[in-house]
Amino acid sequence: MTAPILHQLFNQHFWLSPERVLFWEQEKTLIVSDLHFGKTGHFRKSGIAVPQSVYKEDLQRLFAQISFFKAEQLLIVGDLFHSIVNREMDFFLKWRKDISQLPFLLIKGNHDILPSNWYQEASIEVKNEYQIHQFSFIHDPNESVTTTEDRSFIFSGHLHPGIIVRGLGKQSLRFPCFYFTEKHAILPAFSHFSGLASIEPKKKDQVYAIVNQSILQIQ
Amino acid sequence: MNITETHGYKVVTNWLSSKGYSPFAFQAETWEHIFQHHSGLVNAPTGYGKTFSVFLGAVIQFINQHPETFKSSKKNGLQLLWVTPLRALAKDIGRAMEEAIHEIGISWQVGIRNGDTDTSERQKQKRNMPEVLIITPESLHLLLAQKGYPEIFKSLSLIAIDEWHELIGGKRGILVELAVSRLVALSKQHRTQLSIWGISATIGNLEQAMEVLLYASKKKGYIIKANIHKPIEVLSVIPDEIEKYPWAGHLGIKLAEKIVPIIEQSNTTLIFINTRGMSETWYQTLLNVAPQLAGTIALHHGSIEQELRLWVEDALHTQKLKAVVCTASLDLGVDFRPVDTVIQVGSPKGVARFLQRAGRSGHRPGEVSKIYFLPTHSLELVEAAALKKAIGETAIETREPLLLCFDVLLQYLCTLAISEGFKAIEMLEEIKTTHCFSDMNEQEWQEVLLHITQGGTALQQYDEYRKVEIENGMYKIKSRRIAMRHRMHIGTIVSDAMLKVKLMNGKFIGVIEEWFISRLEPGTVFTLAGRNLELIGIKEMTVTVKPSSSKKSIVPSWMGGRMPLTANLGLMLRKTLDVALTKKAKEPELKALTPLFELQETLSHIPKENELLIEHIETKDGFHLFVYPFEGRLVHEAMAALLAWRISRKIPITFSFVMNDYGFELLSDQPIPVDDSNVYELFSIENLMNDITQSVNSVEMAKRKFRDIAVIGGLIFQGYPGEQKKARHLQSSASLLFKVFSDYEPDNLLLRQAYQEVFDQQMEEVRLRNALSRILKSKIIIQFPQQLTPFCFPIKVDSMRENMSSEQLEDRVRKMQQQLQ
Repeated sequence: MTAPILHQLFNQHFWLSPERVLFWEQEKTLIVSDLHFGKTGHFRKSGIAVPQSVYKEDLQRLFAQISFFKAEQLLIVGDLFHSIVNREMDFFLKWRKDISQLPFLLIKGNHDILPSNWYQEASIEVKNEYQIHQFSFIHDPNESVTTTEDRSFIFSGHLHPGIIVRGLGKQSLRFPCFYFTEKHAILPAFSHFSGLASIEPKKKDQVYAIVNQSILQIQ
Repeated sequence: MNITETHGYKVVTNWLSSKGYSPFAFQAETWEHIFQHHSGLVNAPTGYGKTFSVFLGAVIQFINQHPETFKSSKKNGLQLLWVTPLRALAKDIGRAMEEAIHEIGISWQVGIRNGDTDTSERQKQKRNMPEVLIITPESLHLLLAQKGYPEIFKSLSLIAIDEWHELIGGKRGILVELAVSRLVALSKQHRTQLSIWGISATIGNLEQAMEVLLYASKKKGYIIKANIHKPIEVLSVIPDEIEKYPWAGHLGIKLAEKIVPIIEQSNTTLIFINTRGMSETWYQTLLNVAPQLAGTIALHHGSIEQELRLWVEDALHTQKLKAVVCTASLDLGVDFRPVDTVIQVGSPKGVARFLQRAGRSGHRPGEVSKIYFLPTHSLELVEAAALKKAIGETAIETREPLLLCFDVLLQYLCTLAISEGFKAIEMLEEIKTTHCFSDMNEQEWQEVLLHITQGGTALQQYDEYRKVEIENGMYKIKSRRIAMRHRMHIGTIVSDAMLKVKLMNGKFIGVIEEWFISRLEPGTVFTLAGRNLELIGIKEMTVTVKPSSSKKSIVPSWMGGRMPLTANLGLMLRKTLDVALTKKAKEPELKALTPLFELQETLSHIPKENELLIEHIETKDGFHLFVYPFEGRLVHEAMAALLAWRISRKIPITFSFVMNDYGFELLSDQPIPVDDSNVYELFSIENLMNDITQSVNSVEMAKRKFRDIAVIGGLIFQGYPGEQKKARHLQSSASLLFKVFSDYEPDNLLLRQAYQEVFDQQMEEVRLRNALSRILKSKIIIQFPQQLTPFCFPIKVDSMRENMSSEQLEDRVRKMQQQLQ
C-alpha cells in the first residue's frame, strides 16, 4: 500500500487512503462509507455461494485502518450493514468488543434497517445527519439539499463512485474514487463486494482514483 | 418377425396409401429399427417427413403392443417424449401428429409443454399425461423438478430429440444429455425398453452427434440417411461498380434496388439479414425503394411481438406475402411451401448455415433451391465464390459437443434436489454416463457437491449458507423459497434484460434490450418492428412509446448473434483467393472484383493459399500492423492478443486491436517491431496456453463468459414478480462477482470454467493451434504499403476494439492521461 494523500478543505487535513477510507487529522476521525457488512451472509443464506472471505477481509481492513491512523472516532456515512440481521454480524460484534472504547457514529443509510436496539447494544450511535464546524455528513447526496445550509460542505456516500479513465484506441478502465466538488465530497464504497456507478466530473471538480494499492489524482 | 407382417405396420401403411402416399425408404427403415428397440439418428432435411419417421415408428409399436385395443385404449401414459428446441415448432408438429392419430384411429392425446403452457394445462397433464408430449429441454428439466416425476416416465418407450444439430453445440444440448441420462436410469429401474432417436440436419460430425445423444444408453446406434439430393443454385448480386475500398455495412443497402426485380419475379422471397438491427433498416429501405411492395412485405425477428410473428408465419403459409425480411428467427421450423427464393445479405459465416437457408426455398422433391448472395461490402463477393466451391465439395461444418460445463451440472443437481433428491454415489455414476461429464474426476465432483451444500469458502460459525441439505445421505433442497427461485432460473439461455415496448393504449410492439433503451432520452425516435416510435418514458420493465412520423430515427443494435466465420469457410476463402487474378478465376464474383484485386496487388499482395499476408502501414493514427489469416473473428481476437503480448515482452508497447473475419489489426503509437527475423517466432505454438493466459484479454474474455455461467450456475438472481423489493438486496452484477471470486476464491469451479470456455470457445484453442501450425508451415509475406489497402480497409473501419498492455496498470493510466492532453 502506498502512503495516503493529503486533501485540504477549509484548512482541515483529510488523508485519503487507498483502503477506501478518509482520515480527518484534526478531529482524529476515520470516515468511511458503504461497508455493507453482512452482504455475503445475506447472499449465502439465500443459496448464493459468494466467498465469505471478502467480508472477513473488509473487517480486517477496517480495523487495521483504525489502528494505523490511531483514530479516536469512527464516522460511518451510511450503509454500515447490508440488510436484516444474520450471523455474520456476530463476527462484527466480536471485533467491536475488542475496541469498545472507540465511539462509532453511524449516519443512517438506506440499507441500515436494523432495529434501533441492535445499534444500542453494539454501542453505535445512529443519526440521520451530523454537523460539525462547516461540515455536514449525510448518506445520500441527493437528499442533502433541503437539510443543509449553503455555507456548509457535505460528505456523502451512497453512490459508490467510479471514474472512467479513457485513452486512445477506445481503451477505458474504471476505478473506485474519492470525488470532490465545490460543496460535496463523495466517498468510495468501502466494501470490496460492491459495484461502481460512473461519475461525470465537471472541470473544477477533483477526483482521486484508487488504482490497485495507490491513489492517483485524475483531475 | 418382420415388421411388414405386423398389425401396426399394416394399419399405418394402409392409412398412408389411403391418402395416396407410400413411405419414404428412410421412414420405413426407421420404423424397422424402432420395432427392434434400436436407437439412432435420422438425418433428413425439413419437409421430407422426418417427423413421421420417428413418430409413426412409435405408433406402429403401440399398435403392435395393443393389437386388439389400440383404438379404444385411453390413458396409456406417456409413450413418446418429443424434445424440440423451438417453442414455435411445437404447435405445428402437434397438429400434424394429432391429424395422423385421428385418421389412424388410435386414441392418443398430444400435449405441448413449454414456457407458454398455462398452469391449468400443466395441472391437467399432471393428473393425466398425454401419450405424446412435445417439450423444450428447459421444460423437460422443470418436469424433473416435480415431486413424483419418475411416475410420469414409467410407460415411456421412445424419446425423440428434434433438430439435434441445433442443440448439440450448446448448453441446451447438455440439458438434453442430462435429461436422457436420467430417463435411461429410470427405464432401467422400471425394467422397460427405451429407444432414443435424434433427428438432425446434415452436419460434419453426424456420427459423433449420435454417439453423444446415445452415450448414456450405452447402445449401438444406427444412422438413417434420407439421402435426398436437393440441387442448390447460388447467384450473387454484383454491384455495377466495385469499390476498391470496401467497408462493412453500407453497400448492402445501396443494392436494395437490385433485389426488387428478384422479389417481383419470385413467388415468395425470404431475405435473411444477419442482425436484428440491420433487418429493421432493410425493411424500411425496401419500402422506400419499392413502395408498390407495401402490404406484401413483412419483418420477422426475435424481438418482435409473438402475435405479429405468428401472423407473418401464417401469411407465409397462405402465400399472402411477396417477401419477408428476417433473421435467424426463420432459420428453423416448418416449411413455407410458397417460398421459392432466398436472399442472403452479408456473410452467412458458415457453409452449413448457408445451405440451411438455401434449403428454405423450393422444398418439394425435384425443385431447385435458389439463393442469392448480396454482399455488404465488395470483398464479401469472394465469400460467394468460396461458398459455391464449398457446396461443390460438400464441406459442411461440425458442431462440437461441449464438455464439463459445471454451471449446467450445478443447476441440474439443484433441480433434482427440489423434487426427489439424490444420493451422491449413485448420481455420480449416472452423471458420468453422459458424454459431457464422462471425464469428470473425483475432485471436481466433490467440489460440485461442496458448492451446493456448503457454498465454497466460509467463516464456519458465522455462516448460514443454505441450499442443498443432506439428510440420511439424500441431497435435498428443503427451503420452499430457494426451490421456487431455482425453478424460475432453470435453463441455459441467458439474455440481456429485455424491456417490453408498448404504446400508450397498452398495445405491445416488441421487446428491446435494456442497455440500448437506457441510453435514450425521452423524445428520441427509434425503430422497432418496422415502425418509428418516440420514447415517452420507461417505468419498471415497460417502455412507453408513441408512433412518430419523424424521418430520422435510431435503429437499435442488439447484442449477440455475431457469429464468427467457420474454419471451413475460412479455408474455402483462402483457396478462392489463391486463384484471384489468374485464369482459373472463372466465377463472376471474382471477375467483378478484378479492379479491387489489381489495386491490392499493386499496393501490397494477394496471399496464395499457402501464404500469410502481413502489412505494415503508417497513418496519422499511428503504426498499423494488419494480418490476414482468414480464420474468423474469435481466432483473430486471440491471435491479436497473443501477438501483442509476445511483442510487448520484447519492448514496452501498448496496442489497440481491431479484427474482423478476414484479419486483424494491431495499432500502436510507436513502430511495431515485426520483421522477417522474428515473425515465425511470434506465431510459434510453444508456450501457447501460457502466453494466452498471460495476456490481459483472457481476463476480460472470461469476465464476459462468466456472466452466463453465473446465471446458469445460480449465482445471479434475476428476481421474480412479487418479491422485487427483497430481491434487490440479493442482486449483484456478474462483473462484481467475477472480481470477488478472482480476488477471494480464485480456484472456484465456475471461475475456472469461465477461463476454460474462453480457451475452448472464445479463442477456440484447437482451432487457434491449428491455425498457428498452418501459418508456421506457410510463407509469411511482409509488405510495407504506402497507403491503406483494399484488404485492410474494412478492418480499419470496424470499430470493435480490445486493448492490452505490458505496462504497469498505474503507468498505463498516466500514459492514457497524457494522450488525452
